[in-house]
Amino acid sequence: MCLGLPMRIVELTSEGAGIAEMDGLRQEVDLSLIEDPAPGVFVIVHAGFAIERLDTAEAEARIRLFEDLAASTPEAPPPA
Amino acid sequence: MTRYTDAFRERGAAQALRARLADDAARLDGDFRAMEVCGSHTMAIARYGLRELLPPRLRLVSGPGCPVCVTDPGYLDAAIALGRQGAILATFGDLLHAPASAGDLAGARAEGVDVEVCTTPLAALELARRYPDREVVFLAIGFETTVAPVVSLVPRARAAGLRNLSLLTAFKTIPPALEALVAEPDVPLDGLLCPAHVSAVIGADAYRPFAERHGRPCVIAGFEPLDILLGLHGLLAQRLRGEARVENQYDRVVRPGGNPRALALMHTLLEPEDAHWRGLGTIPGSGLRLRAAYADTDAARRHGIEVRPGRPRPGCRCGDVLKGRIEPADCPLFGRGCSPDRPVGPCMVSAEGSCAAAFRFGLLEPGANRR
Repeated sequence: MCLGLPMRIVELTSEGAGIAEMDGLRQEVDLSLIEDPAPGVFVIVHAGFAIERLDTAEAEARIRLFEDLAASTPEAPPPA
Repeated sequence: MTRYTDAFRERGAAQALRARLADDAARLDGDFRAMEVCGSHTMAIARYGLRELLPPRLRLVSGPGCPVCVTDPGYLDAAIALGRQGAILATFGDLLHAPASAGDLAGARAEGVDVEVCTTPLAALELARRYPDREVVFLAIGFETTVAPVVSLVPRARAAGLRNLSLLTAFKTIPPALEALVAEPDVPLDGLLCPAHVSAVIGADAYRPFAERHGRPCVIAGFEPLDILLGLHGLLAQRLRGEARVENQYDRVVRPGGNPRALALMHTLLEPEDAHWRGLGTIPGSGLRLRAAYADTDAARRHGIEVRPGRPRPGCRCGDVLKGRIEPADCPLFGRGCSPDRPVGPCMVSAEGSCAAAFRFGLLEPGANRR
């Protein structure tokens, strides 16, 4: 019950509410729980609410780490 | 745009992490039992087959972090009673088939009780608006992730002049449950994979007293498969260094102090109370109820009912599953009278329940989880 989807705010519709998008899917999202929502900001959406911002710089740093890990291990080890 | 999910599911990095975990495990002087506290982790581990990638010495144990699973049957008895008195029950769909002492919400609906499934709590405002002459009761369960969205109904209803909406609260909070778990005998717990979105609300610092007091490594990890594998590597790395601290690997979302707006809203409206957890019993200070100033929106006080512990179904061992004492397939009912189509216990009801995850993803034999 605690799943949340990363979505990008595309539009602010009223005080504390907006439209967010992921993979072509758009939905109304309550933005009252996050600071300074704005178009382009990524948020985690749970039960129709943005519960926190997603820091894209941190996300990209982690993705680079995973890419480096994959590059450093050319062959899969045999099954344990 | 799915980069922020897809990039965390790449096979090459998973293979690399598998090799790291094997190296870590070879340096351990015994087994390491990591508890994934959260049901969303449990589901992801089963769905992506992550156990297949783990060395034998690293065991995953599912914890009590599925809100439906720990909701006491007595809470559902009270909800159904309110529905029979004429209230419209608004609920997340997850609760529909959770067992009450007898029957469930879906059965009550078939008998004529108005049960409305909501994907967002805001839908309850619409119900209250549409049916001004009816009482609307939102079934307010959930961990910290869900609490602020749900309790935001209270000021919104007041602002809109809606006096017919109330909450039947059974919120639960994770840190007191962790304290209760380590105090239990026979609960395998050498380190904690801490939940992603509960932590987004309460903050990484919330686990520091636990790590320091109990000497258990804690890693906050996202719900994607690479997040989980890296989280387990973080736990083993702490163990190998002899450390027990809180490592926040989900820093793309989780801040040290959590979400200040959500926490402020919760603090304004709610106060801690003792709460009854299915399988774990009563845990001091692990629930949240509306403060006296908001008693008119507390369904129990407004309608003069008392929520008492209900009766679990005979033979169901969800309580032991929730504490990590047994695995789903060790329960005598698992797959023999209890399945997602005909669940006996709550762990088989919710998609995030340990039993449902094990059943759906093929961990059908006793001991399958230990691989």
